[in-house]
Amino acid sequence: MKRLLHEFTKGITIENPTFGLILGLCPTLAVSTSLGNAIGMGAAATFVLVCSNTIVSSVRRIIPDRIRLPAFIVIIATFVTMCELIMKAYAPALDVSLGIFVPLIVVNCIIMARAEAFACKHGVGASIFDGLGMGVGFTLGLCVIASVREILGAGSIAGKQLIPGFQPATVLILAPGALATLGLLIALSNLMKSKKSTCRACRKGGCG
Amino acid sequence: MDFARIMTIAVSMIFINNFILSKFLGLCPFLGVSKETKPAVSMGLAVIFVMTCSAVITWSIYNYLLIPFGITYLRTITFILVIAAFVQLIEMVIRKFSLALYRSLGIYLPLITTNCAVLGVTILNVDDFFIQGKPIPGSFFFATLQAFFAGVGFLLALIIMSGIRERLELTDVPPSMQGIPIAFIVASLMSLAFMGFSGFKF
Repeated sequence: MKRLLHEFTKGITIENPTFGLILGLCPTLAVSTSLGNAIGMGAAATFVLVCSNTIVSSVRRIIPDRIRLPAFIVIIATFVTMCELIMKAYAPALDVSLGIFVPLIVVNCIIMARAEAFACKHGVGASIFDGLGMGVGFTLGLCVIASVREILGAGSIAGKQLIPGFQPATVLILAPGALATLGLLIALSNLMKSKKSTCRACRKGGCG
Repeated sequence: MDFARIMTIAVSMIFINNFILSKFLGLCPFLGVSKETKPAVSMGLAVIFVMTCSAVITWSIYNYLLIPFGITYLRTITFILVIAAFVQLIEMVIRKFSLALYRSLGIYLPLITTNCAVLGVTILNVDDFFIQGKPIPGSFFFATLQAFFAGVGFLLALIIMSGIRERLELTDVPPSMQGIPIAFIVASLMSLAFMGFSGFKF
């Protein structure tokens, strides 16, 4: 039980996909314009991550090593398609605002990376918790970025006006704001880490 | 063909809707390969090639296979598999016929499979140039062009970024900002500059 809990919490803290591993950047930047979008994207990615981790770890002994990557892609793409159809049916507004980034969950590095680095080496239980932890960590990372951008860029949080008469800096909602916010937040998390320990590895980036 | 439409697609894809700087597609290679100019150029050219070819292939599959059978909801699975298989094929062909080219491009080719820009452009093509399951006139031509110019925009952003990062190596950056964070700040300033093409909307 303690081990499972560890798999869950490591995705939120040390190996946080956004600030620790620096994975899955494209959706992180593109959909973090508002808190609502961020939570929707996070939930979709978590769903796909948990499902694909479960399936990958349960068929890991059947899949020949040479074709494992195409097999992972098919598994992930299946769940992404399911997610897309569910979202179209039950949350059409969210589907429109996330747009092209729903099908693009397929190429989100976090999911592929977890399948390759964790799920194909561990049992089903551990993989589910790993997927959940990573998904929640990704969602939290998205929410932090989205909150900063929405509060400063639109003067609201989850669509609600915060301070009446506040003149928001629209640039934060637009593309440059996203890149600058993420850059500064990663720098901040590096700063906090370096105060705790002299962790050189945290600077290394993964693929996006 | 309508020349004005072609120019619109070109300008829009290269400058206004630049894939990296305004749509956030393909950030992974953008940060990973932009440390030096030479590999950046190779990567950019490889992306242009793969994007254009995958646009041609996926458009044909969508039009002649998915639409007639009414299985357009399978597009994500089909497209990613086609792209992955195609990239693998290209890698094999290049290794067989030109070892020099393989050495300069080889390691970047597998990376392209997980490049969201490639899948992104094929999905955008299907969204933009099909209306209610029917291709618009000149659809195939526009789709190919859109993919090609998206690749050119990608190459442009990659070259500018790698030029700046080569200089950045010589500057004194605070320890917590080194590497990825400062690259993001640079990308943000570039993106601000590219926004000049579309203009601020308040």
